[in-house]
Amino acid sequence: MVSVKEISAKDIAKKVIEKDPLFILDVRNESDFQDWKIEGESITHLNVPYFDLLDGVDGILDKIPIDKEVLVVCAKEGSSLMVAEMLSSEGIDTAYLKGGMKTWSEHLEPVKIGDLSDGGELYQFVRLGKGCLSYMAVSNREAAVIDSIRTVEVYLDFAEKKGVKITQVMDTHLHADHISGGRRIAEKTGATYWLPPKDAEEVQFSYEPLKDGTSINIGNTTLAIQSLYTPGHTIGSTSFVVDDRFLLTGDILFVDSIGRPDLAGLAQDWVGDLRETLYRRYKELSGELLVLPAHFMIMEELNGDGSVSAKLEELFATNHGLNMEKEEEFRNLVTENLPPQPNSYQEIRKTNMGKVSPDEEEQREMEIGPNRCAVR
Amino acid sequence: MINTDKILDAKGLACPMPIVKTKQIMNELLPGEVLEVQATDKGSTADLKAWTERVGHQYIGTIDEGNSLKHYVRKASKSEEKKETTYKDIVSNDELLEQIQLNNKLVIVDVREEAEYTFNHIPGTLSIPIGELTNRLHELNGEDNIFLVCRTGNRSDLAAQLLVENGFKKVKNVVPGMSAWNGPMESGV
Repeated sequence: MVSVKEISAKDIAKKVIEKDPLFILDVRNESDFQDWKIEGESITHLNVPYFDLLDGVDGILDKIPIDKEVLVVCAKEGSSLMVAEMLSSEGIDTAYLKGGMKTWSEHLEPVKIGDLSDGGELYQFVRLGKGCLSYMAVSNREAAVIDSIRTVEVYLDFAEKKGVKITQVMDTHLHADHISGGRRIAEKTGATYWLPPKDAEEVQFSYEPLKDGTSINIGNTTLAIQSLYTPGHTIGSTSFVVDDRFLLTGDILFVDSIGRPDLAGLAQDWVGDLRETLYRRYKELSGELLVLPAHFMIMEELNGDGSVSAKLEELFATNHGLNMEKEEEFRNLVTENLPPQPNSYQEIRKTNMGKVSPDEEEQREMEIGPNRCAVR
Repeated sequence: MINTDKILDAKGLACPMPIVKTKQIMNELLPGEVLEVQATDKGSTADLKAWTERVGHQYIGTIDEGNSLKHYVRKASKSEEKKETTYKDIVSNDELLEQIQLNNKLVIVDVREEAEYTFNHIPGTLSIPIGELTNRLHELNGEDNIFLVCRTGNRSDLAAQLLVENGFKKVKNVVPGMSAWNGPMESGV
């Protein structure tokens, strides 16, 4: 048996952020590859399903570059290991992705966004594989977690490493593309779990209602997280202003796109709310606020350090979705020719309401694929 | 329970093993035989569909039993791919549909394998896989109008010749058959 190198999702995240050249041989079937893959400016791909390579890799040897690192990727890891071994025995130095696309989908990379005025810090957790962004604000040994994903250990470990206790957990809205870790973090830490009540009418557990103007404090110097009712992606969608400098927009406003209003089935009803939020409520805020969304869609939205953010005034100048003068034109953008909905989005919403409790493996399957929460 | 020629137990095996084992067993089967693949790997459905399409086998369908999957795959046979048929008395899918809608007295015999029949068939048809036809001729009446159906018209062509050799007079081969059937269908899964 030839030995092949194992590469972790964390190593790949580093390469994506640092733009290291990487050649990926993705051996999943073609439709899975078309749907969703590891992306990055410095990454090149070849997709050949593993079942086409069962008799050997001779047919693709001339398509594998010799001057780049070669990584074989599949859904879990078994097939990529098989193909990587075949390539290695042909003398090509090859690695495989440990845990496959499932692990990639779940990997979180914490990036520091900035210091808070009372000495605290704000972190963004970048889920490169799915384009989800979540946040942790720490201040005086306490922490708030916002829009957390399902793999809650990452936040718990991070808080422990920082020596802080998570006391507040919030979701900007009822998510449709990923399973929220909010409830589990609250259960494990005893933190308060806040949800917008209009998104939570059907939830099967207790929570604290987020209202327009609700102030949430962490640390003894009361670092205020101010909530702002900004409906449109969902009827309850709420934004947070942290420390008067950061604007957490949830799925309402992204760096290069805006939220779609149809994932709860009510595009026509919510399009007016979405316009009101983007064109009036956000306009009234300081343009100096740093926008921190809950998603990104394309790798170009990443800053050099791997974070995703932009000043509000900059977005008013450049974001296509914020620059449609005619209401009719805006309505068409967000209700017509929408991209396909996220995988299993109905089941994900039910899970986030506590109506169904799929096991770990089912949750993982439900989340496979891109987030698709935006229109551009 | 669908009768098949062979069962492969790939439960508990992770990708790529369900496909690797399926490929091995398909090599041992005779053309036209049906394999049941039992698997727990959720990704096996999409991969099996894509793989069979690639190599020319027929993916029949999958039954999801909750904690496991049963896939049905039929080994391709070269003779089925050829378009011409030798039995002359043929009718089109549309003509058969018309006969059904007119409520004319007719007997439709589906000569595909049981697994194929189970996933979809024309309501009211009799299932007699081609391999069993010789032994089951007594189930048919020589006076009836008999319409023979398969997936593409080739197996039913052989069946039609076999019936005529055995003295049946009013036999028609439906071309192309289930691969292009737009009329009513029912499923046993």
